[in-house]
Amino acid sequence: MLCGALACLLAWTPARAADATLPPPAKIKVEFTRDIEPLLTKRCLVCHGAQQQMSGLRLDQKAAALKGGASGADILPGKSAESRLILLVAGVEKKVMPPAGAHLTAEEVGLLRAWIDQGVQWTERAPHWSFQKIQHPAPPAVSNSKWARNAVDNFILARLEKEGIAPSAEAGKLTLLRRVSLDLTGLPPTAEEVSAFLNDTRPDAYERTVDQLLASPHYGEKWARYWLDQARYADSDGYEKDRSRPWAWRYRHWLIDAINRDLPFDQFTIQQLAGDLLPNRNMDTLVATGFNRNTLTNREGGTDPEQFRDEQVLDRAATLGTVWMGLTVGCAQCHNHKYDPISQKEFYQLSAYFNTQEETNIQAPLPGELGPYLAARPEFDRKRKALLEEYKIPEAMADYEAKLRESALHPGTHDDWDFAYGEFTHTVDNARKVLLMDPAKRSELQQTAMLDVFLGSCGNLYPKEHCDDLKVKDVRTKLNELIAKLPPVSYAPVLLENDAPPKAYIHIKGDWREHGEEVKPGTLASLPPLPAGDTGRLGLARWLVSPEHPLTSRVAVNRIWQEIFGRGIVLTSEDFGTQGDRPTHPELLDWLASEFMQRGWSSKQMVRLLVTSATYRQASNARPELAAKDPDNTLYARQSRLRLPAELIRDGALSAAGLLDLRIGGKSVRPPQPKGVAELSYGGSVKWEESTGSDRYRRGLYILFQRTVPYPQLMTFDAPSASLACTRRERTDTPLQALNLLNDPVFFEAAQGLALRIMHEASGGFRERLNYAYAITLGRAPTAHEAERMGKYFDETRSTLQKTHDTIAALFPNQLEGTPQAETAAWVELSRVLLNLDEFITRD
Amino acid sequence: MDLEQFRRIQSRRKFFKECAGGIGTIALAQMLEREGRAAGVEQNPLTPRKPHFKPKAKNVIFMFMEGGPSQIDLFDPKPELQKWHGKPLPAELTKDLRLAFTKPNAAVLGSPRVFTPHGKSGIEFSDFIPNIGSCADDLCLVRSMYTDAFNHHPGQLMLFGGSIQVGRPTMGAWVLYGLGSESQNLPGFVVLSSGVGTSGGSSNWSSGYLPSTYQGVVFRSSGDPVLYLSNPPGITREMERAQLDTLKDLNEEHLASTGDMEIASRISSYELGFRMQMAAPELSDFSKETPETLAMYGVNEEPTRQFATNCLLARRMVERGVRFVMLNHASWDDHTDLNKKLKTHCDTADKPTAALIKDLKQRGLLEDTLVVWGGEFGRTPMCEIRNPRDANNAGRDHHPLAYSLFLAGGGIKGGQVIGKTDDLCMNVVEDKVHVHDLQATLLHCLGLDHTRLTVPHMGRDFRLTDVAGNLVPKMLA
Repeated sequence: MLCGALACLLAWTPARAADATLPPPAKIKVEFTRDIEPLLTKRCLVCHGAQQQMSGLRLDQKAAALKGGASGADILPGKSAESRLILLVAGVEKKVMPPAGAHLTAEEVGLLRAWIDQGVQWTERAPHWSFQKIQHPAPPAVSNSKWARNAVDNFILARLEKEGIAPSAEAGKLTLLRRVSLDLTGLPPTAEEVSAFLNDTRPDAYERTVDQLLASPHYGEKWARYWLDQARYADSDGYEKDRSRPWAWRYRHWLIDAINRDLPFDQFTIQQLAGDLLPNRNMDTLVATGFNRNTLTNREGGTDPEQFRDEQVLDRAATLGTVWMGLTVGCAQCHNHKYDPISQKEFYQLSAYFNTQEETNIQAPLPGELGPYLAARPEFDRKRKALLEEYKIPEAMADYEAKLRESALHPGTHDDWDFAYGEFTHTVDNARKVLLMDPAKRSELQQTAMLDVFLGSCGNLYPKEHCDDLKVKDVRTKLNELIAKLPPVSYAPVLLENDAPPKAYIHIKGDWREHGEEVKPGTLASLPPLPAGDTGRLGLARWLVSPEHPLTSRVAVNRIWQEIFGRGIVLTSEDFGTQGDRPTHPELLDWLASEFMQRGWSSKQMVRLLVTSATYRQASNARPELAAKDPDNTLYARQSRLRLPAELIRDGALSAAGLLDLRIGGKSVRPPQPKGVAELSYGGSVKWEESTGSDRYRRGLYILFQRTVPYPQLMTFDAPSASLACTRRERTDTPLQALNLLNDPVFFEAAQGLALRIMHEASGGFRERLNYAYAITLGRAPTAHEAERMGKYFDETRSTLQKTHDTIAALFPNQLEGTPQAETAAWVELSRVLLNLDEFITRD
Repeated sequence: MDLEQFRRIQSRRKFFKECAGGIGTIALAQMLEREGRAAGVEQNPLTPRKPHFKPKAKNVIFMFMEGGPSQIDLFDPKPELQKWHGKPLPAELTKDLRLAFTKPNAAVLGSPRVFTPHGKSGIEFSDFIPNIGSCADDLCLVRSMYTDAFNHHPGQLMLFGGSIQVGRPTMGAWVLYGLGSESQNLPGFVVLSSGVGTSGGSSNWSSGYLPSTYQGVVFRSSGDPVLYLSNPPGITREMERAQLDTLKDLNEEHLASTGDMEIASRISSYELGFRMQMAAPELSDFSKETPETLAMYGVNEEPTRQFATNCLLARRMVERGVRFVMLNHASWDDHTDLNKKLKTHCDTADKPTAALIKDLKQRGLLEDTLVVWGGEFGRTPMCEIRNPRDANNAGRDHHPLAYSLFLAGGGIKGGQVIGKTDDLCMNVVEDKVHVHDLQATLLHCLGLDHTRLTVPHMGRDFRLTDVAGNLVPKMLA
């Protein structure tokens, strides 16, 4: 094509141009943006635009367009009849441009001629705002400078003053404490924290509290959740089989710790995307790569593992776009992006970085695990070997593997082996590779996987009798007994470079089977170039966090803002492209983005900056006079009331009840859920074994996420489905939520716990107890009217209960010394009211 | 601002009424505005809404036969297969064929089923489904369905979400989003399941990136019909009322002090929950159904009990204004032992299916209700033998290229067959209907244009039919 076009241009001479055969110039005053730019975009820029410049010609910038292509100027201002561009599009030459699709119409050629004859007027368009370099604007001056506590306030107030709106008064101390506690740690303040804060009269009492909260280990839990949404974290594979991922939590464990120690966001990024490639890589940076192990895995029988490996690779690229760049790069899977400067080729270049990765699990012990484990290993190994030899398993496995290898290498020769091989490929990770490698070179985990698959699915390959003869069931039982005695050691799902990476191709129309051109890793032409010599995934990660990158910091601070104010400065926090919303405060966003980098990418510093601003500290009460002018509170003339996310609603109830288990990190838990929920999994295969002991009361963050049958309370309160990166949750309000909070045994138990606390920890009459109840649930005292209403309800309930002994026992089975049981039971009912208050599940 | 003053302000704004909403209303409002349907619509995302044009049906009952029922043995007679029985198909038919488990050169499995014509229309059905056959004149049998996916979960995602990607909104959610709910005290999109759990699980009734208000609510066969519907032990309705009144008063007080309309919305959600507690048990109380009705469905007998109960529930839901009922019945995935297993499935499903259609019809509900019966794909003409040591256990593999399903009711022209497959049921040869076309037609019957029912997400407008789908005019009455 290139040669053809060149030859064509070279063959042309002005003398051969025949003006008479050209369509006449349009008889209008041409406007570039109206008449010409859309035409160029539609018909020319695919080959002569930012992405590629056939024959060296580029038509999306004035200077380049006038300079022309490989053989000189194609546009001669004022002389349309002599301009090569016109001759080619008019089809008077042998060669016609564009070479594919319909020819330009006479009208279109006429417009182009008029445009050239009228002097090639050009309106240079600035790149889309988010592709422009991040600025560090000076905070604007404001009239009410006393109000502003830090630069954030200058930006907010300047805008408010321009609109003639005064900010709201500062929220009450109690509201503020509850707000900032929930925002920073996800936990309401304890009664002690409330009174300490009230009694602290130092001018910086609030800032001191903020610093304490930032240092709390629960800070990492709260802020891990929003990142887990983006990581599409789950404890199971998804799809039909939805097999458990017993070590997924190890990534979450790393994440909480990384956030608690305020791992700078650039390092945080590099470790998750390329922790395996760092020169100083260690177990921690490897565990970080678990971010991208959270993609779904399809193990459904009969599926092609390659198809779903491919899906994972593409999802990793799309997730990178959404999470770090706020770009919907995944839209370019089937075709060039319709709106943003992302070509299909660029999408596959981006995904090529991930195409060379291979999933594997590594041993990743938590502190204290390794010693006892290593001490016990020699004996375990000896007994295991003896067990397997006793049952002649090594010989049996050799035959098993030989048959599978035969089927892998010569499919179709043994139908019955093929089925077993197919199932094998869905059971063992990197199955084919492991099967075909020298058994002596297999890692310990690979050896274990081979043994497990043999013992677990012997019957797929052999008649039942053969497996019975081998006593595979007995071996499994005895092996499990041995393993149970071995001190536990944790593993982690990670991604490493594949030693034999597959090639990467463009998928024609997004179809994984239709290979187009081969692609090498690369980024987007519309963004700054990669640093020289920095190839590979590590280079990609470093490029993302380079100071020149216009998107990463903006996107990251916008999410922090969103987490604290309920909506982003860019509302569409997942899309900073042309289809996304524009920032409500562009200068503020840039200021924050540049500060973030200047402050060493410290997320905690940014959070501190935001929550100590006067903007944050405003009351959240609605302002009817602004309802029409600013219904969505985008000007921040007040704070917003935000319904808490699913996990925090649970945490709040259990915390009020004194039941919450505050241990940090570790494995996922299964709190009680009604029978029939897990049974809706494929063939009822998911078993929900309720956690015992205090594990039942761990924070919502630790609830095991089974993708096909997730824990109901999470889904009822808008937790994402963990299939794609989610950057912002909905906050819906449904009757199912009401029923959940009223009747879920978990919340009922919380009400019982709360009542017990009220009885145990508060003394005196009803009013004293009610005050205490309000303090530990809402962090404030009841108003006189509330106290009166609650008193009325309490009296009515107690007298109703006195008539129904069974109900009393159901509400509160124990008899507390010195208190009539009906009274305690009435407190359970009153506690249920408290735990269902809108205020209780809302951050005011 | 005191409570009274606040109430005056709000009543002027007409905000207060039943605005069980939340932030999802923003997307809804945007959609309605762009579609020119915004006028007069309240903030509640479930408020009934006018469709794009005059609808033929108001409700949908989607009888999802999970796993892929064998069209060759039920709906699409292929005597020619007998001649090929035991031999591989002609190579030109199986070129480039990719199936889940079976090799393209696998031997053909003829069907031992006997097909007879039914009704005035004379549509042929297999001897395994005589009752469905007896509804022939009301059914539009499509023998020319095809889809893009040959595995269960991707196939189900395709059928309900319009794409093999996980995370899209599903059919029921789209319908609820488009039309709202007629029922004030039952969920608008209900899921009923019988048999075993499906491959797709909750992804088949997910609201995807529509607000979770639109996701399917599982109606359970044991325990509470809706999760957490029952009060804790010992709590009477009266006690609950007193509790909710207290809650309401306190919430209203907080509403007065904060002015946050979300609180009003939450108050009405609790009231709706309260009404649902009455309505859901009433729904599953069959004591007022006649013995004839119960017998027609087979509610009190095996092997129909489970599916029949769900079919009768579906009718009762439609009567009470539930917009979309999804009846999952799993599983028809007969890779092995087809002849025996298929008989069992049909014995379970045939009678209740027919009873539901006839019952809807005799009550005048069928004209407002669109009924769909079918799976995510069909089954191959070739046989699959999982265990070569047992020659009698032949089954069929997944077949995405040609399969059958049927529709009945609102907007559908009954008593007809659409489409043809080749003599070996390998490919569709006439009137191809892709699942996207089915989706487009289903929405059309409800008065919705599938190209206009969209939700903005990740920078573009998404729809049930992805970027495809054509109305199938032949299906329409």
